[in-house]
Amino acid sequence: MKAVPLSYIVRNLWVRRVTTMLTALGMALVVYVFSTVLMMSEGIRATLVATGQSDNVVVLRKGAGAEINSGIDRAQAGVVHSLPGIAADALGRRLVSSEPVALNNLPKRGSGKPSNVTVRGASEVGLELRPQVRLAQGRMFRPGTSEIVTGRAIADGFAGAGLGETLRFGGREWTVVGVLDAGRSGFDSEIWGDSEQMMQAFRREAFSSIVFRLVDAGDFERTRAAIESDPRLTLEAKPEIRFYAEQSEALATFISILGSVLSVIFSIGAIVGAMITMFAAVAQRVGEIGTLRALGFRRGAVLVAFLAEALVLSLVGGVAGLAAASLMQTVNISTTNFQTFSELAFRFTMTPVIAAWTLLFALCMGLLGGFIPAWRAARLSIVDCLRAA
Amino acid sequence: MLLLRLLLKNALRHKLRTVLTLIGLVVAISAFGLLRTLVDAWYAGVEASASTRLVTRNAISLTFTLPLNYAERIRAVEGVSGLSWANWFGGVYITERNFFAQFAVDPSTYLALYPEYVLSDAERQAFLRDRQGAVVGRKLADKFGWRVGDQIPLRGTIYPGIWTFTLRGIYDGAGANTDEQQLLFHWKYLTESVRQRPGAASSKVDAVGIYVVGIADANNAALISQRIDTLFRNSLAETLTETEKAFQLSFVSMSEAILVAIQAVSLIIVVIIMAVMANTMTMTARERVAEYATLRVLGFGPAFVVRLLAGESLLIALAGGVIGIVLTFPLAGVVGQATGTLFPVFQVSDLTLVLQLLAALVIGVVAAAWPAWRMSRVDIVSGLRQVA
Repeated sequence: MKAVPLSYIVRNLWVRRVTTMLTALGMALVVYVFSTVLMMSEGIRATLVATGQSDNVVVLRKGAGAEINSGIDRAQAGVVHSLPGIAADALGRRLVSSEPVALNNLPKRGSGKPSNVTVRGASEVGLELRPQVRLAQGRMFRPGTSEIVTGRAIADGFAGAGLGETLRFGGREWTVVGVLDAGRSGFDSEIWGDSEQMMQAFRREAFSSIVFRLVDAGDFERTRAAIESDPRLTLEAKPEIRFYAEQSEALATFISILGSVLSVIFSIGAIVGAMITMFAAVAQRVGEIGTLRALGFRRGAVLVAFLAEALVLSLVGGVAGLAAASLMQTVNISTTNFQTFSELAFRFTMTPVIAAWTLLFALCMGLLGGFIPAWRAARLSIVDCLRAA
Repeated sequence: MLLLRLLLKNALRHKLRTVLTLIGLVVAISAFGLLRTLVDAWYAGVEASASTRLVTRNAISLTFTLPLNYAERIRAVEGVSGLSWANWFGGVYITERNFFAQFAVDPSTYLALYPEYVLSDAERQAFLRDRQGAVVGRKLADKFGWRVGDQIPLRGTIYPGIWTFTLRGIYDGAGANTDEQQLLFHWKYLTESVRQRPGAASSKVDAVGIYVVGIADANNAALISQRIDTLFRNSLAETLTETEKAFQLSFVSMSEAILVAIQAVSLIIVVIIMAVMANTMTMTARERVAEYATLRVLGFGPAFVVRLLAGESLLIALAGGVIGIVLTFPLAGVVGQATGTLFPVFQVSDLTLVLQLLAALVIGVVAAAWPAWRMSRVDIVSGLRQVA
């Protein structure tokens, strides 16, 4: 079977530029929404996945779910610190860190609207446990002082959190002596200070979480069993990666479900647009269709030609929408993660999988919009067509 | 009248095209309304707040508590007419999906400050008498099929363990925006259970999440807030007092990025359908060039052609808009059901209806603008030539 040449198809779109453009614009906008939403939920996932280390373990109070709900007293912390299987660094220190975590309500830079920021009591070992965290500016806080370091997103986004500025909470002034670059992980949205100083300032008697590194990540099950079977401990242990993945789950799922539902509803509009355009294309070219058939092109070839026209149209819209969505990668946004009740900064993240899904989505719209008109074009009889012309 | 009949006839000439355009419009207008309703639902707590209530919380953040002995000191502040307190419980009913708000409150003072929670006298007395009792809003009770006397087990996340409450009453909201999806129980039960638990953190005993302060005159809100905060400045737990509205707004502003995104998206759908509609009108105009030229020959001015096109566009847009608006109500009902307890109130507001109609109008006008301008300028001779 001879196929209608592709140049005929493309030129038809070009002849009716305004209509093609308007239809493609509608599709591009739908594709843009679809793609940005996927990028948003991927961004949240990527940020929190990057926060966890594969051989780190997080210990929380049983059933707490998030660090702020948890409480681990010093006696329990002591038991965890002495567990076997914890790795040591070059200086022979055990890589285990007990950390108080508090939420601090701070005003944003510019708008002055308050949001909850995670404040973590850390230590040198705590820093060593997170190799992705580096100092971008200034220096580390000195133990035993009211000095703090802030994550990059916090330093940029909140009033008084930049290098050299001071923040007031817990009844004293804290000087920001450094800014952390946490490699786009969740720690970019945290404030770190000396663990013991934080405990005093927040009048805490209990830590929130304990993080430690295993000598061998394969030992996790044994370590978990040791913690959960110890009657002195009412704690649960999780691999750090899974812990942070769970923290991102609800928000990422919420956004992707909301976004997908919206995209599907919106796509009805775009499909209708494509259908109108293709019906008009068929109606205008009845004579041409008859000529094509008279020249020997089969019904199938005509069907394919019009379907291909709709697909090319949707591809133009899809690529335009995708291009606009990729520009969003430069935008940083932050919102409150419901699960941790604290601010989380992230970036729209484009991946090849998202790009592929987006284009597939666009082509589906073209297929759905173009099929019925193409079918109708193929069903026309030669004689009627030629008479109409 | 003649013009209207002409418009109607014109609109129905390409039935399939008009129907498709209408479908697009209906989808767009109802989606626009639905998204606006979703944003409104976020603000429901703000709308339901009273101007005569202040909220005092720990200045650090909500996750920090205040000592119980602040109660007497706040009550003594000039201008304060009532005082109660509440703790966020954060319990899970069977699974995390069944999310709803639970507060441990001081029952008699709390119900006095919230007259919009309407309870029968018998149920109120039963609740006040039973320390393990609880009351819930009507919607919540309907959702889980609870009846008075049922046992409700909650798994604590902030307060560990399984907590079981006996349902003593179901309250109705006095207004449409009253939150009917809460569970209230005795604060005394909470704090005493915490005290008895082995290894209880002493910070959780006699600790109050927020104080709700009733004031007689809403105009004094700022002054009284300041008085309360000055009272506790430089103490172990500094306070931050704000109006209930500001307190509720601070929750909304936390998810501002998402809200802005939803609002942007609700405008995008309008633009999408504008493109579809403009396309329809452009094609319609292109097909009728010869007709318009004939009308001009007969002596009709360019303004008539503009009226014909704009009128047809508006007619279709408004028809789609009205159907979309009508459909918004059942759709909002379905979505409200589907999101369950996530949003306490899910109702289409009057402003949304007006904006939907306005959006339909704008779509109609914008879609006709370009073809109408072109057709009014078309030169008669070349227009007529298109027939041949």
